[in-house]
Amino acid sequence: MIPVLAQITVSHYMIVGAVLFVTGILCMATKRNALGVLMGIELVLNGANVNFVAFGSDYLRAQSLGLDGQLIALFVIVLAAGEAAVALAIALNFYNNHTTIDVDKAEDLKG
Amino acid sequence: MDTSLLPVLLGLAVLAPLASFFTLLVIGRWLKPALSGFIATGAIVAALLLSLGSTGIWLAHHYPHASAHHGTEHAVTRPFGAQPAPATRTVAYQPHALSSKSPTPESARAAEPAGSAEEAASPHYTGDYYLLGQFGKLRLTISYYIDSLTLVMFCVVSLISACIHFYSMGYMHEEVTAMTDPEVTLANGELLKRRGRYWLFFTYLSLFCFSMLGLVLAGNLAMVFVFWELVGICSYFLIGFYIERKSASNAANKAFIVNRIGDFGMIIGLMALWSGLGTLAFGDVDANHNGRIERVEQGIFAQVRPTEQQHQLTTPEGMVRLSARDKIAGWAREMTDPTPAKLESVFQKNVAMLRAGGPDGSGTRYGYWLLIIAGVGIFCGCVGKSAQFPLHVWLPDAMEGPTPVSALVHSATMVAAGVYLVGRFYPVFTPEVLLVIAVIGVITLFMAATIAITATDIKRVLAYSTVSQLGYMMLALGLGGWLAGMMHLVTHAFFKSLLFMCSGSVIHAVHTNEMPEMGGLLKKMPYTAYTMLAGCLAISGVSLPFIIGFSGYYSKDMILEQAYSFFGLNPTLAGGLFFTLATGAAAITAFYMFRLWFMTFTGKPRNQHRYDHAHESPKVMYVPLIVLAVFATGVAWKLPFSTLNLQSLLEQARPAGTAATVASPMVGMTWPNEHIAHEDAQFWPIVVPVTLMATGTALGGILLAAAMYGFGPLDPREVRRQFPRAYRFLLNKWWFDELYDWLLVRRLHQIAAVIAAIDRRWIDALIDGLANVTIRFAQAWDFVADQSIVDRLVNWIGQATYSTGLSLRRVQTGSLRQYVLFLAVAAIAAFLIASALI
Repeated sequence: MIPVLAQITVSHYMIVGAVLFVTGILCMATKRNALGVLMGIELVLNGANVNFVAFGSDYLRAQSLGLDGQLIALFVIVLAAGEAAVALAIALNFYNNHTTIDVDKAEDLKG
Repeated sequence: MDTSLLPVLLGLAVLAPLASFFTLLVIGRWLKPALSGFIATGAIVAALLLSLGSTGIWLAHHYPHASAHHGTEHAVTRPFGAQPAPATRTVAYQPHALSSKSPTPESARAAEPAGSAEEAASPHYTGDYYLLGQFGKLRLTISYYIDSLTLVMFCVVSLISACIHFYSMGYMHEEVTAMTDPEVTLANGELLKRRGRYWLFFTYLSLFCFSMLGLVLAGNLAMVFVFWELVGICSYFLIGFYIERKSASNAANKAFIVNRIGDFGMIIGLMALWSGLGTLAFGDVDANHNGRIERVEQGIFAQVRPTEQQHQLTTPEGMVRLSARDKIAGWAREMTDPTPAKLESVFQKNVAMLRAGGPDGSGTRYGYWLLIIAGVGIFCGCVGKSAQFPLHVWLPDAMEGPTPVSALVHSATMVAAGVYLVGRFYPVFTPEVLLVIAVIGVITLFMAATIAITATDIKRVLAYSTVSQLGYMMLALGLGGWLAGMMHLVTHAFFKSLLFMCSGSVIHAVHTNEMPEMGGLLKKMPYTAYTMLAGCLAISGVSLPFIIGFSGYYSKDMILEQAYSFFGLNPTLAGGLFFTLATGAAAITAFYMFRLWFMTFTGKPRNQHRYDHAHESPKVMYVPLIVLAVFATGVAWKLPFSTLNLQSLLEQARPAGTAATVASPMVGMTWPNEHIAHEDAQFWPIVVPVTLMATGTALGGILLAAAMYGFGPLDPREVRRQFPRAYRFLLNKWWFDELYDWLLVRRLHQIAAVIAAIDRRWIDALIDGLANVTIRFAQAWDFVADQSIVDRLVNWIGQATYSTGLSLRRVQTGSLRQYVLFLAVAAIAAFLIASALI
């Protein structure tokens, strides 16, 4: 095994996951385009997925989640696909009604 | 055939009309009218056949062998409560208990003189069908008491009812279809049109027959009372059958209310009997109720006329105990350690003394008054039902019902119930009660007979005649003539139902009740006329003296002979009045009956229009008339080749011990043994003069009627002018209705007015005041509790929720990016809080 690679631990993966997560959150919070918001969501989910996969890896820790981590990651991917489909449909409808996908214009539900 | 079949057959005979009643009640409305008539008639015919069958069984076991003539009995005068003594003289009261040497029951039975075979209790069967309930000692059962009187009554009631059912099928044919009531005018001036009520009429008739048969079969007084009231309610329904007519509904109310007055007395009698005797059963019943007679619970008759006293009337121990309770309590106080057993033995030692009014200084005859109250109370009920003197006013008004109903009410059912009960209950009547019965009877018979003279309504004449004849029955019973009274009940049932149905046939033909509108109908309706003539002859008691006569001759002569024999023992004014008034009324009876017959059937038609429309009734109506005419003529005949006749059959049922000469301890009179009057030895002193007198008065009455109304040497109008006061007095029925109206109805209205005023002024004010107070209180309470506490709490909750909602609304900005920020901040905050806590 390559010595450099042997230095890599769970913490590194978690840093990558955290970066992905925060990037996603910032993307969701700052983008006004609905598609941009969706992309942010994908980033958040995948940040979480990196963590799951890392915790599920036998090479990184003696006591891992095992296959459970990989399976939960698979579920999250499927969920993300479903969520993207629904969200895109909403975006399309929103565009039909408002001729825009700027989420700042979407304040019909304001209390 | 076994006698155990008797209760079964007679029970079925009672139930047959009941079944018909329920059938018609449930589905009668939808049946063809004719069919409802057939159902009811079929039921009563079935009852008749069952009655006849039962009588056959009875005769097979208890054939009446000799007409009652008991040689020695009349010579012995039995003071009340005394042992039979073979003496011929004394009339004075001799309480046996005074004598310390009075024989024990066993020796008395041994020493009993020969010839007291009749002292044996009359053959009867008694028992329970069903136990309704037991309350302490009081057992309420459906029970039966069957003797020859029961059987005779069953045959008479069902036979007459059957005839009336057939007759009704013709008489009520107007009711088959929708009809117009000619006597009811509506507010708009039209006559009332309504649906026919043929089925309803037969429904009521069935219930009526059931009630009467049940009454006759009843084996205890509670059951008698139930059927008694059923008979009353049936007569109410039937008298008020034309309910739309004001007069009919009034008459129905009158009959019902007047009967309630009598029943009130009856309830008092029932209570006196129950509290004194602890049972309401007539005969002895099996006290273990297991079918084996091991222990006998004594019925009323056995307690009042114990076998140990040779069936002489004795104040029952229960009544003595009840009446002397203070004295018994006194004994208990005197004892050092009183136990019930000791007290009982002292009581048993002294019971005879208490009963006879012994030498304790007071002379009180303990319990005797209770016995009198019981007797008078029961008789009160009979006064109401049998329309006796103070309560007779309902019967003539009962003419408002259809004529077959009148025939039924007046002969076999309603009014017969009263006389029957007096006859059934005869053993319990003390001489004092008998005197009351006789006085009421004689007043009734004379008064009603005189009123009948001037009545012009054909049914009203017959109604008063019924009242009068019932008076005869009561007189006979009251003077000790049990057999005479019962005989007259039976013969009267036949000829009176016949007379009523004939009058109904006439009314059916001429459509009026008024005799002055009739006349000359003999040619138009011969069947009716001749059967009615038979009825008139029967009620007048016409005969070839000593040879043969119509049924009324036998029964009425027996009554008069009893009255005459009573006069013989009590040669005073009062004793004589009974006989004189009874004989006088016999003449009047003959007079008004033939006045009726002559006015209706002979002479010239007084109303040509009605005469022209008259016609003989259909066959279904006159055939029953012929049947009844045969019975009215010959029911009392004594056949030469047989000892079986009405008299000997009824004599079998004579209550044990009532055929004795009895002196009253309270009023100075002696009641003659009924057999005295019919003795061979008394043929010349009693039978001959009485028979001749009775025949003479009857013929006199008939001849006078013929002279005035038939062949006309005397003009009734002339007579009327001669005695205007008497005429008006009689025409107004002795002013009884006016008297009662003034004495009772007006007073009642006045009292009611006073009470109404009190009601309005005081009670209403009180209630209004209470209501106002309640409203005020409610208002105050509403302010204190509801408005200031409950309402405020609820309002505060509402407002708090509303303001919370308003403030929370601010964060709902609708900006998606802000929401994400919230999420992130919340997640970080949660993370920080969680890590801080851990």
